[in-house]
Amino acid sequence: MENREKIIEVKNLEVTFQLGGKKTLTAVKNVSFDIYKGETLSLVGESGSGKTTIGRAIIRLNETTDGEILFKGKKINGKIDKETKKDVVRNIQMIFQDPASSLNERATIDYCISEGLYNFHLYEDEEDRERKVSQALADVGLLEEHKSRYPHEFSGGQRQRVGIARAMIMEPQFIVADEPISALDVSIRAQVLNLMKKFQRERGLTYLFIAHDLSVVRHISDRIAVIHKGTIVEMAETEELFNNPLHPYTISLLSAVPMPDPEIEKNKVLIKYDGSEHDYSVDKPDFVEITPGHFVHANQKELEEYRKQLGI
Amino acid sequence: MGEKNIILSVKDLEVKFQVRERVLTAIRNISYDFEEGKVVAIVGESGSGKSVFTKTFTGMLEVNGTISKGEIWFEGKNLVEKTKDSEWEEIRGKKIAMVFQDPMSSLNPILTIGDQISEVIIKHRGLSKEEAKAEAISLMERVGIPNAANRYDEYPFQYSGGMRQRIVIAIALACRPRILICDEPTTALDVTIQAQIIRLIKELSAEFGFTTIYITHDLGVVANVADVVAVMYGGQIIEYGNVEEIFYDSRHPYTWGLLSSLPQLGTKGDDLFAIRGTPPSLFEEIKGDAFALRSQYAMQIDFEEEPPFFKVSDTHYAKTWLLDPRAPKVEQPEAIRGLHERLMASTSKGGGYSGK
Repeated sequence: MENREKIIEVKNLEVTFQLGGKKTLTAVKNVSFDIYKGETLSLVGESGSGKTTIGRAIIRLNETTDGEILFKGKKINGKIDKETKKDVVRNIQMIFQDPASSLNERATIDYCISEGLYNFHLYEDEEDRERKVSQALADVGLLEEHKSRYPHEFSGGQRQRVGIARAMIMEPQFIVADEPISALDVSIRAQVLNLMKKFQRERGLTYLFIAHDLSVVRHISDRIAVIHKGTIVEMAETEELFNNPLHPYTISLLSAVPMPDPEIEKNKVLIKYDGSEHDYSVDKPDFVEITPGHFVHANQKELEEYRKQLGI
Repeated sequence: MGEKNIILSVKDLEVKFQVRERVLTAIRNISYDFEEGKVVAIVGESGSGKSVFTKTFTGMLEVNGTISKGEIWFEGKNLVEKTKDSEWEEIRGKKIAMVFQDPMSSLNPILTIGDQISEVIIKHRGLSKEEAKAEAISLMERVGIPNAANRYDEYPFQYSGGMRQRIVIAIALACRPRILICDEPTTALDVTIQAQIIRLIKELSAEFGFTTIYITHDLGVVANVADVVAVMYGGQIIEYGNVEEIFYDSRHPYTWGLLSSLPQLGTKGDDLFAIRGTPPSLFEEIKGDAFALRSQYAMQIDFEEEPPFFKVSDTHYAKTWLLDPRAPKVEQPEAIRGLHERLMASTSKGGGYSGK
């Protein structure tokens, strides 16, 4: 994988929030990972784990306090010049969890989808803009007649399509999708996932997919990173992670995943994780590549055990 | 259903809502018997009517909603005849209790946790303040609050989301209800916490002996929690049966569609199965089978006449013309045949992702 083109490089990222007064909260600590062109990397963790903060830091919605984020080799966090900023806003788009609150409810769908085009003058004339909007609507399976409607006139699944159309019309290279299907009904989820996959095939898009449910991301991810309390504890190719989970938190998450099968659920054993299983007082942990492409956050003693488990 | 012990019996229920000038029929003629002591999961997408259906059991329909037809029998009384709030107080919270999705909105933010539990005990069971406190602490312990006595005087904001939901469950159980309605109680929670809350509800239902009605759209949760499953679509129950019958031997094309679209059953690199189209508008009269427009198995009759329930087994019924003896024989779709074997094979550790 080393010779694949890296589209995003996150190096020792830290995001700290001011909580008023002198109180601070470090939501993301020393996080490093790369995203390769054309792949889907999923970031999985529970609420408060910092997964959304990382996604928002990449599109510059959250300020970073330490570390670097590179987009196609160029630094995009902190102070950057106007040109780079423009490049980021145009080429990195976000799809949000709640399609209702991410659309301007007083604007027509036509405007919602065109907003980015207006901001960057990405159209030759009015005719060209209209053509682009019609194409974007058609691409996500909506109709021409939907243009003049308002977001509240759509169902959740349709609104999420508008959210996707609005991102896709910018012809981005990289998309941060923050729980894009969590708010949708089961029968609609598959439609939206298929749509995202289709765009990836056709346009070579790269995704960072943020989610809390491992079983849902298995189907769409090339690699998965598991995050706990601001630290990535394990990262591997999808099937490797499911077949050889090492970190106790990953194992606990996997044990909790609801499976649509009464037999399996009946025999389910929940594995709890509270962090007390680690002794990091002397032997400090690090994020180590234990087998090619499989990273785990562990200290020397734990690494030895993991190697034993893997039979290496 | 013969000799089974029925705790709640719904007959020909129809619920209408007045939305501006239009009338929406949210529940279209549901008849269903809830068996005592079971966990019944009601599955459906948003707008299928699953929440509205159960709200009628406690008189909690929104003001623009009315029961336009039908009966709901509980303890020898027809609940539909109750109109005043004072009449409902005998039932609501006391005999039929509810747990909702968002625990924060069910708790009073300016009262201590302890007061909120004892209040219910004092009001409904007439215990003294001290007795109520002792009872409340024991309930808190029972639902898994560590240091219950110390946390008695804390406020909801000092509790995490999962702990709050445990408190809501404790309050619901304070009156020893006969039926507990859980409306998406874990949807807002993380998977690890969700699994713990579901296990708690199951344990408590066995221990306290109440009947659970569990509303959810998550089939993974259903597989875990349910004894019996009722699938809702377009304001009707369209299939019901034991949990194994629904997961391993479903008969309605909508149930097939729901199961087939599960991401857990997807094959890498292939598109997931997606039910085409969107649910029907309940503002308009629905002719025939409500799912016909989206179903790849629809026949001419599905657009003309509403199907009756056909019997699959003593416990399993489905409302689809495909079960009519005159219909061509249609097999379950490929995607969900051998569901158990396929999910078991999905990790080298033998399913369940337990990793160990």
